[in-house]
Amino acid sequence: MTAVSTRERASHHLHTVFCAAVLVFLIAPILVVVPLSFNAEPYFTFTEGMLRFDSDAYSLRWYASVATDEAWLRALVNSLVIGICATAFATVLGTLAALGLASPAMPGRPLVMGLLISPMVTPVIISAAGFFFFYSSVGLAQTHLGLILAHAALGTPFVVITVTATLAGFDVNLTRAAASLGAGPWRTFRRVQLPLIAPGVFSGALFAFATSFDEVVAVLFMGGIDQRTIPRQMWSGIREQISPAILAVATFLIAFALLLMGVVEWLRRRGGASG
Amino acid sequence: MNAESDAYVQFDGVYKSYDGETDVVRDLHLHVDEGEFLTLLGPSGSGKTTCLMMLAGFEAPTAGAIRLAGRTIHDVPPRQRDIGMVFQNYALFPHMTVGANLSFPLEVRGMDKAESGRRVDDALRLVRLDGFEDRRPGELSGGQQQRVAIARALVFEPRLVLMDEPLGALDRRLREEMQFEIRRIQRTLGVTVIYVTHDQQEAMVMSDRVAVFNRGRIEQVAAPEVLYEEPERPFVATFIGDNNLLRGEVTAVEGDFCEVAVGERTVRAFLVAPRAVGDPVVLAIRPERIGLAPASGTYSNEFTAPVEDVIFLGDHLLVRADMGGGADFTVKIPNIVGHGAVLAGDDVRIGWTPTDCRALIPDDGG
Repeated sequence: MTAVSTRERASHHLHTVFCAAVLVFLIAPILVVVPLSFNAEPYFTFTEGMLRFDSDAYSLRWYASVATDEAWLRALVNSLVIGICATAFATVLGTLAALGLASPAMPGRPLVMGLLISPMVTPVIISAAGFFFFYSSVGLAQTHLGLILAHAALGTPFVVITVTATLAGFDVNLTRAAASLGAGPWRTFRRVQLPLIAPGVFSGALFAFATSFDEVVAVLFMGGIDQRTIPRQMWSGIREQISPAILAVATFLIAFALLLMGVVEWLRRRGGASG
Repeated sequence: MNAESDAYVQFDGVYKSYDGETDVVRDLHLHVDEGEFLTLLGPSGSGKTTCLMMLAGFEAPTAGAIRLAGRTIHDVPPRQRDIGMVFQNYALFPHMTVGANLSFPLEVRGMDKAESGRRVDDALRLVRLDGFEDRRPGELSGGQQQRVAIARALVFEPRLVLMDEPLGALDRRLREEMQFEIRRIQRTLGVTVIYVTHDQQEAMVMSDRVAVFNRGRIEQVAAPEVLYEEPERPFVATFIGDNNLLRGEVTAVEGDFCEVAVGERTVRAFLVAPRAVGDPVVLAIRPERIGLAPASGTYSNEFTAPVEDVIFLGDHLLVRADMGGGADFTVKIPNIVGHGAVLAGDDVRIGWTPTDCRALIPDDGG
């Protein structure tokens, strides 16, 4: 009996250690970026001063250099413009698609759903190459619109999935009730359906925005000098001018991602509480 | 035909099939008068809700015609039918207040704020929920939500109100209270109501007439007391209240009455539909119309049968007798003689008049 409990305890400890190791493996490369971005020296390694927690060894100089560098600021504006426009496209298209797919009258539902989701499972490099060849032939390569459309295509599946999930709990009788009360399809959508599926639409939109904001492959293929986004600027930062400024940007992106995750989680809980 | 075309709502030879093979509704003929409270009563899957959905416009009939105020409504979308609907699960808009739920149909019709507010107040007063405008449906009890749903279906003064098992989710006491409430509201407004339920008591309490559905057909349409006193089909005889059914064969016919051989016994019965000697019939006798231990010669049907069981139910006793044929045969007697007057194992004399014994055509055709 003692032997069993000892063995159980040992396996429990082993399990804890293993889980901790997995988490460290996943998070350490990300976390290490954060203190390094405060490096006072132009190095990608911890200086002796940093390890001694000497306050002189830390500085905000890389943040300052990013904030004053026109290339980075232009990249931020590009990222926001492309991200917001792509999100708008993806949200409208994805929501409409999910509403259509939820209708029992929809023929070939699994096939259409599969097609809509495919950008999520197709390797990005393949999608990006496809975008590049197609958009070049119609003159959309190296334009903001081209990148917006490409990112919208990559972001739409997230909206389709989150809205479909929200619609699964939606009572069809509510739309029937609205119709019996005299409301047309548009009013029914705006006054009854949309307010109730809004959490799903919004979290889908956040995922779509995060997708665009992170995306580098399509930008590498399609973006010209005027379409440099933050990830694209980091890419050249690493390759061309090795500067801890990209660590400052990385830290900013991590904080931004955490914020988005927090909002999504908050929406999920709110949706769960009301539903 | 002419008389029927005056009907407010009319189903004329309506069929409905979802898969193209089995008919959920078969050859349905039904008319509803203006201001009438008609209940579609039947077990689940008997086609009554499908009829309601076809009338509301959420399902289309496979064949036949549905008319509202003399006009076929097949091409009219649900939102233009001007029919109020109360759903089983209420279908209140959860993100809107009670007031917003009620003003929704008025806003759709472009009514101005003042008039709309007045109508909403009136409707809430009608369902005794004045002062609940600012609550959300989630903050209300089931019964209150149901009242809001009824108010919402009435507030735009539709020409017809449909109710699909609206009390199904409520507990028994609340259900009984709401039955009277719905009846009161309907009488006050004089609105035409078509009501779906599987609860025969609910149908009896509220309806002017009841249409009894079974397997996609209407078995009988009549006022509740007529359905109870004069069922025309064995299904109706047993679905509305309790009935003892005895299978037999006609041995003689004399005008409205006949003699029927049930096993070795001969029973005199009222002939509901024309039947010839030798035809099979089902005899329906209400348990409370059977006399126990009558003075000899009181009834023209008198038999002796062994008592299987006596069940005490407070205000009355159920005596289960063996009339042969394996079917249950129950006599219901008021508890005025006191418990213990009849005991299991005794032989008991029972009797009934031919008018209380209805000879029906068996459900299986026969």
